[in-house]
Formats: sequence, C-alpha cells, structure tokens
Amino acid sequence: MLLAPLALLMGAPPANAVVLCLAQADQTGCVTGTVGNRANPVEGVDVSLLDADGVEVDSLTTEADGKFSFQVTEAGDYFVSVGELPDGLEVRPPAERFQGPDGSIMVTVALGGSVSPDLNVRSVDFDAGGDSFGDQIIQSIAQGLRLGLLLALASVGLSLIYGTTGLSNFAHAEQVTLGGMVAYGLCNVAGINLWVGIVLTTLICGFSGFLQDFVMWKPLRKRGLGLTQMMIVTIGLSLAAQYAFQFFVGASQQKVVVRNFDVVELGPIRLTGMSFVAMGVALVAIGIVGYVLLYTRVGQATRAVSDNPALAAASGIDVDKIIRMVWVVAAGLAGLGGVFYALVVSNGIRWDTGMQILLLLFAAVTLGGLGTAFGAFVGAIIIGLVVELAGPLGAPGDLKYAVALVILIVLLMVRPQGLLGRAARVG
Amino acid sequence: MDTILSILNATLREAIAPNTAAVAIAVIGLNIHFGFTGLLNIGQAGYMLLGAYGMAISITYDIPLLFAVLIGFVVSFVFSLILGLPTLKLRGDYLAIVTISAAEIVRYSGRLAAFEDFTGGSQGIFGKDYQGPFISLSFLGSGRLTLLEFNYTDVADGARWVQVLGLIALIGAIVGAVLLLRSLKSAGGAVLAPMSSTVRSALVAVALVLGAILTVVVPAYADRDTATDIFSRVVAFVIFTSIMLAVLFGGQAAFAAWKTAKGRKAVLAGVLILFAVLAIFFTFPKTYDRTGVDGWWVRMIAWFIVGLSCAVVFLLVRSPWGRLLRGVREDEDAMRSLGKNVFAIKMQALIIGGMFGSLGGMVYVLTGTVQADSMGRSLTFFAYTALLLGGAATIFGPVLGTIIFFSARILIREASGAYIPDAIMTNSQTEQFSYVVVGVGLMLLVIFRPQGILGNKRELRFNV
Amino acid sequence: MSETTVGMADPAVRRQLMADVAQEPGSAKPDSILSVDNITRRFGGITAVDVNHLEVQRGMITALIGPNGAGKTTFFNLITGFDKPSSAGKGAHWSFDGATLDKTGASAVAKSGMVRTFQLTKALSRMTVMDNMLLGAKDQRGESLMRCMFRPIWSGQEREVEEKAAGLLERFKLLEKKDDYAGSLSGGQRKLLEMARALMSDPKMIMLDEPMAGVNPALTQSLLGHIQALRDEGTTVLFVEHDMHVVQHISDWVVVMAEGQIVAEGPADTVMANPAVIDAYLGAHHDTDLGDDDLLDEGADLGPLSETAADEEGSPPPESHDEGKHA
Repeated sequence: MLLAPLALLMGAPPANAVVLCLAQADQTGCVTGTVGNRANPVEGVDVSLLDADGVEVDSLTTEADGKFSFQVTEAGDYFVSVGELPDGLEVRPPAERFQGPDGSIMVTVALGGSVSPDLNVRSVDFDAGGDSFGDQIIQSIAQGLRLGLLLALASVGLSLIYGTTGLSNFAHAEQVTLGGMVAYGLCNVAGINLWVGIVLTTLICGFSGFLQDFVMWKPLRKRGLGLTQMMIVTIGLSLAAQYAFQFFVGASQQKVVVRNFDVVELGPIRLTGMSFVAMGVALVAIGIVGYVLLYTRVGQATRAVSDNPALAAASGIDVDKIIRMVWVVAAGLAGLGGVFYALVVSNGIRWDTGMQILLLLFAAVTLGGLGTAFGAFVGAIIIGLVVELAGPLGAPGDLKYAVALVILIVLLMVRPQGLLGRAARVG
Repeated sequence: MDTILSILNATLREAIAPNTAAVAIAVIGLNIHFGFTGLLNIGQAGYMLLGAYGMAISITYDIPLLFAVLIGFVVSFVFSLILGLPTLKLRGDYLAIVTISAAEIVRYSGRLAAFEDFTGGSQGIFGKDYQGPFISLSFLGSGRLTLLEFNYTDVADGARWVQVLGLIALIGAIVGAVLLLRSLKSAGGAVLAPMSSTVRSALVAVALVLGAILTVVVPAYADRDTATDIFSRVVAFVIFTSIMLAVLFGGQAAFAAWKTAKGRKAVLAGVLILFAVLAIFFTFPKTYDRTGVDGWWVRMIAWFIVGLSCAVVFLLVRSPWGRLLRGVREDEDAMRSLGKNVFAIKMQALIIGGMFGSLGGMVYVLTGTVQADSMGRSLTFFAYTALLLGGAATIFGPVLGTIIFFSARILIREASGAYIPDAIMTNSQTEQFSYVVVGVGLMLLVIFRPQGILGNKRELRFNV
Repeated sequence: MSETTVGMADPAVRRQLMADVAQEPGSAKPDSILSVDNITRRFGGITAVDVNHLEVQRGMITALIGPNGAGKTTFFNLITGFDKPSSAGKGAHWSFDGATLDKTGASAVAKSGMVRTFQLTKALSRMTVMDNMLLGAKDQRGESLMRCMFRPIWSGQEREVEEKAAGLLERFKLLEKKDDYAGSLSGGQRKLLEMARALMSDPKMIMLDEPMAGVNPALTQSLLGHIQALRDEGTTVLFVEHDMHVVQHISDWVVVMAEGQIVAEGPADTVMANPAVIDAYLGAHHDTDLGDDDLLDEGADLGPLSETAADEEGSPPPESHDEGKHA
C-alpha cells in the first residue's frame, strides 16, 4: 500500500514538465486541469494531489499554460491542493460537497476516465470592485470590437464559401488554428520576424485553401456529392486536423512570439498595442475584400456565382475558378485571423483554439444572413460585442459564449433570413 | 502472436463496454433524425447530456429511478420542442446550427460554477451519488463472473494454439456469415409469410411463462439478497421475457424461412453469427464483477436496451409512420402536396430520436460521472461517423457501426502503440493518431462508401 | 356530389352548361368549385400574378394556358398554399368547395381535396414506387405515432390501400415497376407516378402542372384518356399545358393568362381567336419558342390530335423548365 504511490512517483515524469495524462481503461485514471482558466492561466503554482488519507501522491509546478495533470492507478477519492498563488489571487472556493481539508478540492477518479477540478482564481479583493462599471463597459466594448473584427476575418471567408458552394464548412475553424500554428512554427520555432511571419502565414494558409479545393472539394463537386455529405466530410476533416495539430505540436498552448506586448491606455481602454494593429489589419483586409466584391469584375462574378451558379456558368463565368479563388481568400483570411487571435485574444495557440470559436463564426454568419459576406461582417462585430459585454453584464465564465448562441437562436425565430439576408422564400 | 492477441483482447473489451452500448443507443436516435427523416441534428451529445443530468440530478434528490428516467425523457422532450419550433419550418442548415449551438449552451451551463450544487460544475456529478438505485436492481448476485465459463483455458491447459484456433474459427465464421449475407443481398429481400394471430399469441404466452420461471430461478441461482426487491423482480421479468420473445419469434422465423433456399441461407448466416459470438468469448473470455459499478450487470442492461431500441425502431420505421419519415427525407413539398403535415412529422421524429439520445446519455453515465465535457461536440461527430460506418437508414447499422468504430479506434491505438517505435510515435501520440485515422476514415467513408456497411447501395444511387 | 356533375360524361351536357357563361375574364360559373379574388404576388418589383377574379367550374376540365412567365405556376403555388400572396390580408381571398383557404397551409389544402402535381416532378426517389403510392392515401391509422407500433391496428387498412394503389398503378401501366425505386423511373413515368399518387387521396379537384411534358408520345394518348375518365367520374381537373392540341382535345374551358393577369376565358375552340389572346402570345413573342407559334397556328384551324403532332411533343419543350425561375 505504501509502495504504490512510491512506484508511481518513480515512474512519473519529472514534476515540472507537465505531460498530459491519458486514461487507459481499467488501468489508469487522470486528474487534469488548469489553474486559473484558459484565457488567464496562472504560472508557477505548486499543485499537489493527495489521496483520501491526505498523503501526497504527486505534485508539480504549473507552467505558462497553467496546466496540471496527474495519473493515478487506483480509483477513489483524491484531493487537489494548490500551493502559494501569486499575490492578490485566491482559488474560488468550490461548492461545499467538493471542499476538502485545508482548502483542497475533492475529486473522484474512475479508472479509464479523467476528471478536471475547477481551480478558477479570483482576486482576493474581488468584491471591492476595481474599475467603475462604466469603464468596464467601455473596456468590454473595445475588446468586443477587437474580437468581432478578428471573427469577421474568418467568418467573411466562411460566408463566401457558403455563398458560392452552399457548403457549411465545419473545418473552417481549423483554418484559424492552422494560421496560429504556422505562425508559431515560423516566428517562435524558426525565429522569423513577426511581420514577415504574418505575411508568410497568410500566404501559406491561402495556399492550403487552394490545395484543399484542388485535391478535395473540386473533385467532390465533380462527383456530384450532396451538400450534406460534403458537410460531413468537413466534420471529418475538422476532427483529423485537430488531432493532427495535437500530434505534431502537442496538447499545450504555444505562444506565437515569446515577448509580451506593451499595453496602450486610451482613456478607460487598456489594450495591447498589438491589439490596435490587429484591428487595423483586419479592417483593411476586410475592406479590400469588400471593395473587390463590389467594384471589380471578379467580385461581380463571385456574387453572380453566389446568386445562381448555373446561370453564372451559362453566362461565361468560370465557376470553378471563382470557387477556387474563394477558397484561397477564405483560408488566407482565416489564417490571418488565427495569427492575430493567438497574438492578442487567446494569448497563444492550441489545437482547439479554432474549435472554441467555430460556433461564434457560425453564429456570426447566420446572424448576418447565410451567404452574404457583409452580413457576416456585421454579424461578427455583433457577436464579438455580445461575448465581451456578457461578462460585465452578469454572465459568468464560459456562459458568455452561450449568450451569443442564445441570441442567434432567438434571432432565427423572428428573422430567419438573418439581419441582412433577403427575405427569399425559405423551404 | 501474444501482442496480437492482447491487442484483440483490448479491442473486444472496448466493443462490449457499456459506453459503446450507450453511444449505440444515441446513434440509433441519430439514425431516426438523419438516416430516416433527413434532419441534420448536430447536437445529439446535448440530448445525451440532458438525459444524463435529468436522471442523475433527480436521483440525488431521492426521486425513484423509474421517475428519474422519465424526467430525463421529459427534459429531452422539452429540448426537442425548443429546438424544433423555430427551426423545423426553415431550411435544414438552420436546424444544424441551432442544434449544435444548443448542445454547447447545455454544456457551458452544466459546467457553470453557479449550478455547481446541481450539476457539480466542471467536475460533474460523481457516480456514487446516483448509481446506487440502479446497482441495487441487479439480480446477478455478487462475486465475479467469466463469460464464457468454458473457454480456451479449459482446453490443453490454455495453450496458445487453442486460442489461435479459436481466433481462426471466429474469423472463419464471420467470413462465412458475410459471404452468405452478401449472396442473399444480391438476390433481393426475402419475404416472410405473415404469422397467424394464434401462433403469435401462443408464442407470447410461452415467453411470458418462461420469463416468469427464469425470474424465480435465476436470482436463486445467483444467491443474491437484494434480488428480493420487487422492482428487481420486475426488471428481471421484463428482461427474461423479452429475451424469450426474441428467441421464440426468431426461432419461428428461422423455422418458416427454412422452407426456401434463400431462407436456409439466412438461417445459416444467423447460426454462423451466433457461433462467432461464442468463438469470441471462447478465445477472449471476459471477467468482470457480476454487479459492481463496472460489471456484467451494467453491461447486460446497456446491451439489452440496445436490443430493445432496435426492436422499437424496427416497429416504428416499418409502419406507415416510418414511411412518412422517409417521404419527408426525400421531398418535403411533395409530402405537403399529399396533405401530410411535414412540420408535425419532423417534430415527432426529432422528439423520438432525441429520446433515444437522452436514453443513451443515461446509460453513458452508469459507469462514470455526469461530466459536461465528456459529452461535447466530438461525441456527436463520433456518432455521425458510427452511423455512416454502419449504414444510415438501416436497423442494425447504428449498432454495428458504433461497435466497429470504437473497437477500431482502440485497435489502431494499441497496434500503433505496439508496432510503431517510440521514436516515430510516442505513446500519447498513438491516441491522437487513432483520432486522426477516425477523421480521415469519416471523410473517406462519406466519399467512397456513403451507404456504410449495411446500407443499400441501390438506394443511394439517386441524388436528390 | 353536386347536381351539376351528374351527366358530365356527356359532352353535350357540358357544352350546354357552359353555353350561357360569359366568355370574359373572371366570368361567373354555374357551379364553381374554386373561386379566387384579388390575388397578387410580387417578386422584387415584378408582378408575377395579379388575378382579380376567377372561378373554376365543378366537374369539368379547365385548362390554364399562357406564354412563358405568365405566372401560371406561381398562381398554382399561391392557391395550393405553397406560396403566400403579396396581397395576403389586403383583400386576397380564395375558397375551395365552400371552404376559405386564405390562411390554409399546403398540406391542409391537399387534405381539403385539392391535390396538385408539380411541373418538375417530385417523385420520392429513394422509395419504391409502391411506397410512393401508399403515401398518397388519406387518413391512414398507421401514420399516427401512437398507433404505428401496433401492426394489427393498421394492417387491415394497409392492405386495402395497397390494393387501391395496385389498381391505380395497373391503370397507369406502372404495376410491374412497383418494387423499383422511384428514382429509377424515366421522366414520363415519374409524371404518371405523381398523378397516380395524387389520385390515391380521391381528390375533389386535381391540379396538374404540365402533365404531358416529357411523357412518351405513346403514353400521351392514354394519359389524356385517364384525365377524361377522371372528369367522367366526377373529379374536377385544372391543368397547365403548353401543348395546344392537348388543350383543344380534352379541355371544356380554357383560361388564358398573360403577364400575371387573366386575359381571356372561353371554350377551347373560340378562345384562341380572341384578340386579347393573340396579343398576349404575340406580345410575348420574343420569349415564346417557335413550337408554340406553330401550335398556335394549327390551333386556329381546330385540327384534330394527329400522331405526328403527338410525336413532336415527345421531347419536352425546352421552355418548360424556365418558369420555375420566375416563381
């Protein structure tokens, strides 16, 4: 009985390198989680796992991503105890039934399963209130615009793809992740200058769109595969891509650049300088797309294909070329969005960064009206604002994402064609 | 050889796991949505989660198991109404977006610290808080049980060659059954003569009597104290009677089919499949607790519910109502022009499929915890893969697809763990590799064999 | 059954009955089964349908003709509940067999006895021909979710419905195809199937949208026979058709639409001489193909349906697919 934890300690990896535990049926169980939360992880905290008798089984110190992960070989109750937190922070106390001795949190581990105790933190003086409510709102609006513009980068492409091919691309979020990953590889691993890296990333992602259309979507269109089936193909692609990211990069959060950006204060607004750059670049990129769509022959052709592909083909437009171009632009924009998202919003890139915002993208596109690029832009801004404003207005934690989705559902009830969609016959 | 056998052993363990059965039930529901009615529900995991919460939270408030299950159903019913009312009159994509969003809302809410007293927040509800009433229904007795009791270890002291022989017999039986079934398929469907009502009543009566006898005999044999509980007896009676019904009606059908050459082939295929199942457990005997949290009792109930669900779906889709579903899948306007209330049909399908989803969720948590993140989007995507693998719009496709899906993933993981050197793929990478294969598999499946294993290629030739 | 349908099989009776009806748009009929008022439908700035008043006589075959884009199919969609008039709530009113349909959905319209077919056939491809037929039957007990799992409740009715379906399939020469998937049928066979399926519900009135388009010439004749037989059995028929021979051959009354409006009504042999009709067709000359003009010329001298004319109709006129776009 005494030997078991000892053996575990010997076999376990060094305490400071967090290796993600994978539960194996009937053999091991896992206790994993994050100190703080994904957006604001807490680094350098000692986390230890105690068994039911209060004996320490394992311990480690969190790294930049705040993650901890323990593996156990016996099912039962354990306690997770957190050491000294950086000043001003405390662990939000769990519900009574999870409270263990000395502020630890109880978990029940089953073999073959994984549990994640909630180790969210708050500032000690959390109810003393920091900024005034009005300042919080203004700050949230700024963050909302930032999120909205970055979402718009991705959702405009998603909407263009839907408009020209009728395909709801569930793998579009992985294009966003791809952007962050490629930038991580170029700037962090290979050490290329950030700005060069961003341009290169956009090009590489655009090329990935070209490649996808060339290798997969065009042949599938030629095969006459139904839209539903195509949509399921994108689901498969999304799954494969997510785990491929994990396979190559690992499951932890990676930073695109190591250094931190300076914070710029504009009255009550505090954002990193990079945030303003990101917003500017997003606006310019979307502006260019909008200009091309409205005032150039290619844009006209794209809109014609969206309206009626058969008619467009009959009037001499090379539909395949237009669709290929849409894929390139969509993937490039999503990649660009991914880089900036990783730089200024999520503080790094993970295999599931894109997946986290996929529904926001769909919400933005649907909100604006399926298949209208400008609708997607407006929808994305609204969704960004809603998500960021939901927090100060009283939606706790991840519920802010849920609020955006609730708004989507409510809108569909009253205006199914979306905000900017035409009231065409439905069904 | 040892490595191969141990990989296969792990694969089989996954194939009969209660969680596999649970997902199979949810996939059966998804089949009603997507396969039969053409409803693009991408939130089946949300239904599962709601069913699990409905049942588990009710039990923690001391509501009897039966009512807790009913509450789980009611929750999913309400969920269907909320999802269906705004979207079923709109184009199909809207249902897809709303279902996936709603499922995520459920998951986010479940994880919310504010609801921790009900849902346990991100840790979820612990199994020990709600599993009690279910476990105490067991009539299997205590101790451990090996299936089959007679297995390779009983022949020649369990020499390796006996196990290998069993494996060869198993493969032979499966190949034979598949070949027979394929030759049947090309010959077209067999028509069974309708059964006279006298024979039917007689068979039902016999099944009831046998079921009652077994209900008395088996708990006595299992020597279990809690089996004296009246509900436990009722459960036992229902299970035994259903099994007897299946055996008797199956036997009668086999007897009737034996008269034609085609029927004989079908019966032979059935016998081969039975033999294959026996060969599986002869070669890889499985030992679990009779009753514990992760024992035979939960496996038996889980697979029994799978069988029952298949039977219900069979009755549903072979009726004029099932015809309505397929009609809606093909063309809603045509159905309207024939005076059918398309909205009502879609709503009914959404509700029924959702109930299977929530039932699947309830079974899913019988061995673990009710944790929101364990029933997220990926689970829905897995369900779609399983459905398409087995064959949409078939009766047994969802079950076969789920079993193959889950065991294939374990097979890939174990095999790549065993045969690919760590320098190329570390142990944790094999897990991810197995999921990559799943994703790519889903794509290839949809592109190259959209009808799945059991589906009808002919039926898919016409693009609508 | 209304008294006016008695003896409808006799052409003389029919002619007699319509003799007193004014040959002008929106004229009152002795016993109208369908009556339409103030229906307009606009798409963007274009007015597709603008019908002030129309009555359809019970027990007769009424043809609805007009150049392309005249709004015939849109008109069908409107009165069968598949589309909503722009004038809804602003004076639009239509009723069928005494019951008002202003707010009735498509399926309820069909249930009330007015069943339609589609210009582009809507066969349920991945279902067998027999299953297609069985879906047509009304009031099936087994279609209730509560009852469908108990076979004895519905098996008797199911057998009756199957017999009826087999009878209709026999009549439409589709019986040997009953176990084939509907998707494997030819275009003409699908038209037949759709019509047969519509008849499964014993409609009071059947609305056929270009029933002859794409039908094998050998079948055209028998299809016409079926339509006439339907009338003789008391079913009212309203159909859209481009083939003037067909129109002349079987219709008792012709309604002409142009640019969304009804421009003329009358018996087949006189309406084509109406200046408004000639205007409508010539005015729309640029988008009427030559086939129609030829037919119009032949139609003027009342030639009987000849084999050659039927042959020409074997391939569907190319314009027959355009109208969906306008709708």
